[in-house]
Amino acid sequence: MAQGAPASTLRVRGLVSRFGTQVVHDGLDMDVQPNEIFGVVGGSGTGKSVLLHTILGLRTPQGGSVELYGKDVQQMAAADRSGLVRSYGVTFQNGALISSLTIAQNIQLPLREYYPASEKTLDELAELNLALVGLAPDTGKKFPSQLSGGMVKRAALARALALEPKLLFLDEPTAGLDPISAAAFDELLLYLHSQLRLTVVMITHDLDTLFRTCSRVGVIVDGRMISGTLEDMLRNQNPWIHEYFHGPRARARAAAVPGAAAAPTENNG
Amino acid sequence: MNQSMSAVSLESEGDDWRLHLNGDWSPAALARIEAQLRSIPDGLHGVLVCDWSQVQTPGIGPAWVLLARLDELGTSHLEIRHAGDPPHFLELLQKLRAGSHAAAAAPGESPGLEGSLAELGRWAVLQGSEARGVIGFFGSIVSVLGAAFSRPRALRPSSLARHVYETGVTAIPIVSLIAFLISVIVAYLGAQQLGRFGADIFVVDLVTISVLREMGVLLTAIIVAGRSGSAFAAEIGVMQLNEETDALRAMGMNPVELLVVPRVLALVIALPLLTVIADAMGLAGGGLLALLNLNIPLPQFISRLRESLAPTTFWSGLIKAPVFALLIAMVGTYRGMQVRDSARELGRLTTVAVVQSIFFVILADAVFAVLFVQIDF
Repeated sequence: MAQGAPASTLRVRGLVSRFGTQVVHDGLDMDVQPNEIFGVVGGSGTGKSVLLHTILGLRTPQGGSVELYGKDVQQMAAADRSGLVRSYGVTFQNGALISSLTIAQNIQLPLREYYPASEKTLDELAELNLALVGLAPDTGKKFPSQLSGGMVKRAALARALALEPKLLFLDEPTAGLDPISAAAFDELLLYLHSQLRLTVVMITHDLDTLFRTCSRVGVIVDGRMISGTLEDMLRNQNPWIHEYFHGPRARARAAAVPGAAAAPTENNG
Repeated sequence: MNQSMSAVSLESEGDDWRLHLNGDWSPAALARIEAQLRSIPDGLHGVLVCDWSQVQTPGIGPAWVLLARLDELGTSHLEIRHAGDPPHFLELLQKLRAGSHAAAAAPGESPGLEGSLAELGRWAVLQGSEARGVIGFFGSIVSVLGAAFSRPRALRPSSLARHVYETGVTAIPIVSLIAFLISVIVAYLGAQQLGRFGADIFVVDLVTISVLREMGVLLTAIIVAGRSGSAFAAEIGVMQLNEETDALRAMGMNPVELLVVPRVLALVIALPLLTVIADAMGLAGGGLLALLNLNIPLPQFISRLRESLAPTTFWSGLIKAPVFALLIAMVGTYRGMQVRDSARELGRLTTVAVVQSIFFVILADAVFAVLFVQIDF
């Protein structure tokens, strides 16, 4: 990735989010460069999900701007927005698969909406997306309630990939998975990232995932975001960040971190 | 590039073939690409070279569809190569394609006589286990009620009061209105017919007996089945979906005691009271119509009403109310407890709860009608 790369894929400036008198974001800035895996970290109640909802346009912030591919999400006309929605894929924390549809129908749902094609082709595309996330073709005939937690996460990822996005938003993709499934998900994500050249924004609390996959990390502290590479974070003296990356659970991982990942170093504290 | 240009064009090069891929190969062009791929003739031999050099925006879906079509053309006679800077994901897709190919082609079961017999057997077993489930459910309600003799707290008075309020008190306006209107309609239509024989005064008998014996309680039960039967099924069903009932069990509490019995008891209390109100409103409606339409003054209406009433008329209606309440509440809560897995199940079972409880109420009413005639009640 070149240092002088074009505009950021995602650019948030001065974001303010309030619920009544409670201020969640107070001038939050965030930049995601093309083709990186960006991890968003923060304590409970620091507004990680609020940030995601704001970026996706599901929530109107009290101030600030969100730009995706250089276009302001809030200022956008409805017609442009529908085109924008197709350019990214989202997985929600609990999968959010439609429970009355089979997995294959879930994957075909956005395809049917946007790209008319024959049933045979739709079946083939469902099979493709299942294969991409490492699920067997007969998984498509099952209903979400018949799948295990790990399979639900993969199926949700398959649905997010259906429209061939360049940008993926993942909300806690490994939460609730056993370490083996979570590690397998990490590998899957890295594999898809390299093969499909995806940009990934991931909210996660899983330190293993963070150290394994993310090229840069943004930590939400006091309503603002401090971002940088993992090495920057390990050196950061902010009490919360220090506690997070040097706590008892993190110490073991930190010892195992390989050399700095090749990623642009941008440290806006 | 020209939009009308075909996305696929086949060209022969001696014994070999060259498949030119052109222009827009993004998912948006999927339908067009798919149709044109189908126009490639079957039965090609030799080498087929896919030329990607003219493709502008290669998409994963269209590439996958192309690979699927190439597989269909047959790999035994045809050797397929890709040229002209194929997209970076093509290799991945080919690998996936090989994997999924091996996994496919599982033989399907043939439905014969054996299959339909098995289907019948499965159905019978399902019905059997359903019947056992219903009986078990009834038994668990009875056992909670039995335990309540030694431990009155098991009846959950506060929860009971809430449900009496929700199923009874809040239903008073709609039950009153409907009972009133229906009895006005009956009296009005009855007066038209009876007036021909000069028997206007029998309108009072008609209204009194029909409202007290049948319509008061039946209408109330049907309204309550629609209001509360569905609410019971939906409330308990959502708790099932959220694993709330499992949480209660895990804490050593009995969901039947906490969720089912208060609702059943509340409805058994509320429905007779609603029936009394419906009876009163029905008689009021009849009296009003008699006054306005037939010029029967109220004192005469009341004295005629007394004459037409047998001692058992009122009770023969009211006695049915607790039975109907039991049926409605048990069907609603049972269907709610059956909800598993999905939002669709919740909707289906809520519908089933309402339909079945109305059906059972009317069935029970028919049984009562025959019974009362037989014992001359």
